[in-house]
Amino acid sequence: MKLTLPFYGIFLLIAFGLQSCDFVSTQREASSATKKMAQTSPMRARVAVASNFINPMKELIAAFEKQTSYQIVVSYSASGKLYAQIINGAPFHVFLSADQAKPSAIVENNIGTNSNRFTYAIGQLVLWSANSQLIDNSPKVLEQLNFRKIALANPKFAPYGQAAVDVLEKLDLMAKSKPKWVMGESISQAFQFTASGNADLGFISFSQKPNHGSYWAIPESLYTPIKQDVILLDNGKENIAAVAFFEYLKSNEAKNIIQSHHYKVARKAN
Amino acid sequence: MGLTDSDIDAIWLTLKLAFTVTLILMVIGTPIAIWLARTKSWLRGPINALVALPLVLPPTVLGFYLLIAMGPNGPVGQLTEKLGLGLLPFTFWGLVIASLFYSLPFVVQPIQNAVEAIGKKPLEAAATLNSSPLDTFFHVVIPLAKPGFISAAILGFAHTVGEFGIVLMIGGNIPMETKVASIQIYDHVEALEYSGAHRLSAVMLGFSFIALLLLYSFQKRGLASKFRIGG
Repeated sequence: MKLTLPFYGIFLLIAFGLQSCDFVSTQREASSATKKMAQTSPMRARVAVASNFINPMKELIAAFEKQTSYQIVVSYSASGKLYAQIINGAPFHVFLSADQAKPSAIVENNIGTNSNRFTYAIGQLVLWSANSQLIDNSPKVLEQLNFRKIALANPKFAPYGQAAVDVLEKLDLMAKSKPKWVMGESISQAFQFTASGNADLGFISFSQKPNHGSYWAIPESLYTPIKQDVILLDNGKENIAAVAFFEYLKSNEAKNIIQSHHYKVARKAN
Repeated sequence: MGLTDSDIDAIWLTLKLAFTVTLILMVIGTPIAIWLARTKSWLRGPINALVALPLVLPPTVLGFYLLIAMGPNGPVGQLTEKLGLGLLPFTFWGLVIASLFYSLPFVVQPIQNAVEAIGKKPLEAAATLNSSPLDTFFHVVIPLAKPGFISAAILGFAHTVGEFGIVLMIGGNIPMETKVASIQIYDHVEALEYSGAHRLSAVMLGFSFIALLLLYSFQKRGLASKFRIGG
């Protein structure tokens, strides 16, 4: 018995792993660009990007590289981690954060300035479930507590998690829902918990929402807007590719791409 | 300067997890280790490899498979649902099961090495004196391989305390349930609370050093100096 048990377990795992390839494909793939050797060349900019922004970023890079001779080497991670790396000397030129707090902290650390910073996107929160029956585009499922686990990003440091808490507070459901919370380290992990069905529903970024399942498009009045700021780091001021990409993010073309991924953009420079 | 309440909760949960896992692993790891040490079966190689897998696999691989397998569409998840236990991810017992896989080699290998070091002779002598296998186990194997058992318990415990990647993937960061000390440190760092991270990290550093110090002092005094981990 004790021989067959471990064997059986491993086979199950492997067999199931193969079966669920469709889940694998929805996982974020590491950008092949990060694998290119990131030598410092003025033609090549290193950009750190919050993980909620993966999909629009891919499209932005493709469009940008098509019309210029510059190259973007991108690293995706949780903003908190990227911030910690940047203040400890990581060689990034541009930082697209998931909030405004980290770019502010970068200015305080004297490695970037407010004049080289703006809001590139305003995130929108949705409540989503992989189960197409669960949510009827209203908060009813929340009010009835008709679920076992609800995923959200950790509100302690993830802006989308804080927005989710805002919503639960406005609906007066904090105390009731809290025992059912599972927290992801980022909005991407909250999405992964929900997409794999381990959490029945989850607060995710609208830009990540798949077409299947069911959702509630949460009215913006229920949470503080998730303003996401980009900052050109002092490190990148001399890099023409970095400056060009930073400016490109202000263009109408870039704004259209960002908007098409369900972010809001400010049409006037702020 | 002190630790916060949630730091204390995290430490307490970590100790509870490590204690539970070590206890279970000593019970299931011992027969596996003794079998591996004595058998001539062709299965020895494959089972040895399976036991050692967590040493080389990234925790993300284990965490990913466990998340899928224990989820509502996975074989383990469907089984636990049928048994009325619900789903295991995001629960204490889910972490226990993940840790059993993860810390298995750290318990099996020291015991296996110690039993191999005893050799055949004491066991054959016991057999000629009409000792039953159970008698032999308690009165010959355990006393002679005692340093191996102690090493196994310390390493299993310490390695479970040090677990991070799998818990991050299947834990869901629930206070008193799955938010262990390593996750709490990660939270502090992510929230830019570096002083909180420092305090708890210092506790972990102290703990790990003491655990290893204990381990090496036992090994010095022990019979066999051949205990090694990872082969």
